[in-house]
Amino acid sequence: MTATGQGMALFAGITGVLVVASIVGFMLQRRDATTGSNAVIENLNSRIKTWWAILLAGWVAFLLGKAGAIALFGFASLGSLREFLTLTPTRPADHLTLAIAFFVVLPFQYYLIWINWYELFLISIPVYAFLLLPIVAALRGDTAAFMPRVAEIQWGLMICVFCLSHVPALLTLDIPGYEGRHLLLIAFLIIVVQSNDVLQYVWGKLIGRHKIAPQVSPSKTVEGLVGGVLSATAVGVGLWWITPFSPWQAGAIALVINLMGFFGGLVMSAIKRDRGVKDWGQTLKGHGGILDRIDSVIFAAPIFFHLTRYWWAV
Amino acid sequence: MTSSVKMIATAAVTGLARCFTGVRAHWLGCAPALVPRIYFANHTSHVDFVLIWTVLPPAQRRVVRPVACADYWLANRLRRFVSEGFFRAVLIDRNPAPPRQHPIALMANVLDAGSSLIVFPEGTRKTGPERLLPFKSGLYHLARSRPNVELVPVWIDNLSRVMPKGEIVPVPLLCSVTFGTPLRVSDDEDKTAFLDRTRHALLELRRDRNIAP
Repeated sequence: MTATGQGMALFAGITGVLVVASIVGFMLQRRDATTGSNAVIENLNSRIKTWWAILLAGWVAFLLGKAGAIALFGFASLGSLREFLTLTPTRPADHLTLAIAFFVVLPFQYYLIWINWYELFLISIPVYAFLLLPIVAALRGDTAAFMPRVAEIQWGLMICVFCLSHVPALLTLDIPGYEGRHLLLIAFLIIVVQSNDVLQYVWGKLIGRHKIAPQVSPSKTVEGLVGGVLSATAVGVGLWWITPFSPWQAGAIALVINLMGFFGGLVMSAIKRDRGVKDWGQTLKGHGGILDRIDSVIFAAPIFFHLTRYWWAV
Repeated sequence: MTSSVKMIATAAVTGLARCFTGVRAHWLGCAPALVPRIYFANHTSHVDFVLIWTVLPPAQRRVVRPVACADYWLANRLRRFVSEGFFRAVLIDRNPAPPRQHPIALMANVLDAGSSLIVFPEGTRKTGPERLLPFKSGLYHLARSRPNVELVPVWIDNLSRVMPKGEIVPVPLLCSVTFGTPLRVSDDEDKTAFLDRTRHALLELRRDRNIAP
């Protein structure tokens, strides 16, 4: 099958899953119509509706190829960075630093993917932004809470821009025998990690009993974690045919990125807890903010990128 | 302006404001209503009334008029067009010459005509660490002159970070507009007590997790 054909098959499959989910959601809601409304079911249904919108955005980006992928994840970076920095304490003296982060550092990172400049892509934020932004902040003269301000802005850039940009950067890998099919590698990463999120939610809601980290994220349970990671790893094995991996390799990689995805959600929950909020934002109805949806992808993407690059790319 | 041009301009302004600030409305203490109201809000930028205007439902948006200072908004033709022509701002002269209508009477007339007002009772934009400056007495005199009109506290969150005073480039942080419980001036309430009460009603709505200590 050609890359486009495999992509079509993938999207048809996801559409099928969403159709089933929508029907189940509709039936659950109808069941509740007699007994009064149920917040969990309402939230489930608005989550499913948002998934349709995400699927549409993914499909459009897929059709546009490299430019589409860079634009999609560039805007996801923008959306999550603004959510992150909105909840980050800054002072008026940070204004120029913030403007540079949004309007220079972020677009430049994605531009480097576009022009395939791998070395600078790797160090642009961890080295150049890391050194430049505190210089700008220091020149503004305000020293109050200087270190936390500088560190948190840098952390936001690392998470929301640097880590997330590793998703479209998969397109720059040179994998022998996999030419012209790189978009499917992105699809593999996103589908596996997001299905892990969804399946953890489903397993947790169905049989979740034992909380893993009640202080950080009360909704995460051992049953949800084990059930979610195992079944999403099975999804990864089942998708080996769109990757350059063998089935067992696909399974091993899926296991790693699923665990990273889980821990990503945990870390980002710890920050939300500390800030006293439940969600990062309200952009994605039912899910919360963009960052709430992609925290797992953010933690999984760089690991997935480097595993693939180290063992499969030349 | 013709109505179709105005519709397009309205869509452009609200769309731009929504895009850039991701602004969300939280109607905590009341629902949108078509009765004349006085929305009083914290003042952080020349354009904060645009955010309130953006999140109001279209029917309310058509009858709401921001109160703004004449020296700034009449300073050049563009500002005059934006304030008077587009937002139908009620422009207040800070030092009215005797023949001009008194500002309180001007605002009261607007309420009588069925419009709502957006006012910024701090009188000036805050620049220091103080979250909300003491209110000017105008809000009290306005409330006294129309005691049946509801005063709705409106907290605009984060706009001061999008564009602090003196900056040129705005940054796309997320803003929100929170509407609190309407209040009215009571018969025996004096000026200080009323200004204190309204100021505290506004402070109650603030969400200040995002400003460094």
